[in-house]
Amino acid sequence: MSVLKEFTKGLWKELPPFRLVLGLCPTLAVTNSAENGLGMGAAVVFVLTLSNMIISMVRHIIPAKVRIACFIVIAASLVVAVELLMQAYAYPLYQRLGIFVPLIVVNCIILGRAEAFAAKNGVAASAADGLGMGLGFTMSLTFLGSIREILGNGTWFGMAVMPEGYEPLRIMVQAPGAFICLGLILAGMNMLAFRQARRKGEQAEALARQQQGCGACGGCAACGAGARDAQAQ
Amino acid sequence: MEIFQLFIAAVFVNNIVLAQYLGNCPYLGCSKERGVALGMGGAVIFVIVVSTFFTWIMQKCVLDPLGLGYLQTIVFIVVIAALVQFVEMFLKKMLPPLYAALGIFLPLITTNCAVMGVAILVQREEYDLLTSVLYGLASSMGFTLALLLMAGIRERLDTCRLPKAMAGTPIALIMAGLMSLAFMGFKGMAN
Repeated sequence: MSVLKEFTKGLWKELPPFRLVLGLCPTLAVTNSAENGLGMGAAVVFVLTLSNMIISMVRHIIPAKVRIACFIVIAASLVVAVELLMQAYAYPLYQRLGIFVPLIVVNCIILGRAEAFAAKNGVAASAADGLGMGLGFTMSLTFLGSIREILGNGTWFGMAVMPEGYEPLRIMVQAPGAFICLGLILAGMNMLAFRQARRKGEQAEALARQQQGCGACGGCAACGAGARDAQAQ
Repeated sequence: MEIFQLFIAAVFVNNIVLAQYLGNCPYLGCSKERGVALGMGGAVIFVIVVSTFFTWIMQKCVLDPLGLGYLQTIVFIVVIAALVQFVEMFLKKMLPPLYAALGIFLPLITTNCAVMGVAILVQREEYDLLTSVLYGLASSMGFTLALLLMAGIRERLDTCRLPKAMAGTPIALIMAGLMSLAFMGFKGMAN
């Protein structure tokens, strides 16, 4: 039951890029089409699930002081595996995603989940958490990619969906479109959260603060821990 | 002349945050006030220049001769993490005033994708050592410029009335979009 809960929280309640504001760089960079978003998401699902599992397996062996370095090395090995797999089986996608495939290793989601969840929980729960978060990330990227591709190119997964005379909004598939689109989606998510909170009679303000306090600095969990270590020394 | 063009291209035309989408986490997280933005920018300039230098040497002297190119990701991240740790220790011992100014930002930088991004980009573009380091310097200056501009805007935004749902990250992202639109005006100045 609890494993199921860990899995589903990533799909809506703690949706990584939109709710936790984690992993923004790939979210912005590769979502110029729905297909790229989906491909990037799949790579992250692979790395995140496996890294969560491995980290929770070795969590009692790693000394607390060097744990961040260990997490990074584990994640980096998995990213190299993904790179090689993509070069072998999905080369065009690998080329389209460019430097953002190796950059999965510095994606805040990986370290954030390792530090916040996998280092404290069992293997099954961590795998569920990684899979859920990864799928949530994939969903968000595909969603953002779909909006940008439909508006900016008039297609969806390469199929023409807009009527004949539609003039594509080119700006949507370029950098400014990415920022503005994501900003509007975040605002929409906030609005939904406020509405839910009001219905439950909670303080909407408190919720907003909790969401944006740490969320804005992507690597919160990992960075925070690093800063704490530095002070301790 | 070529170097001048490289600078213009890296700072304005292909700004690392606004056109290449790298380093967004600190861009949004550390842009609430100008002092913090300047500190973060300084630390990033420092680390990017040093790490570009060392990763370039690592790639050309160790990975390429041994045919270990596929280990690039793992080697680069380890080099960067070790370097950041080393720089922190060095500054603490030798230059305490600088450490006081940049110290708290250093641990955040390992997970800044701009550092790793520049290290990989210069390999893919196949720049030589001098060009790589200059490119690192220029693009981190572009990062600092974007960060400072953003901090200036956000300080003013604090006194504005905003819809509640837009406050914080959403409005910052939309400002970033507008800024990126403005930076697109530099296109054509250099390749």
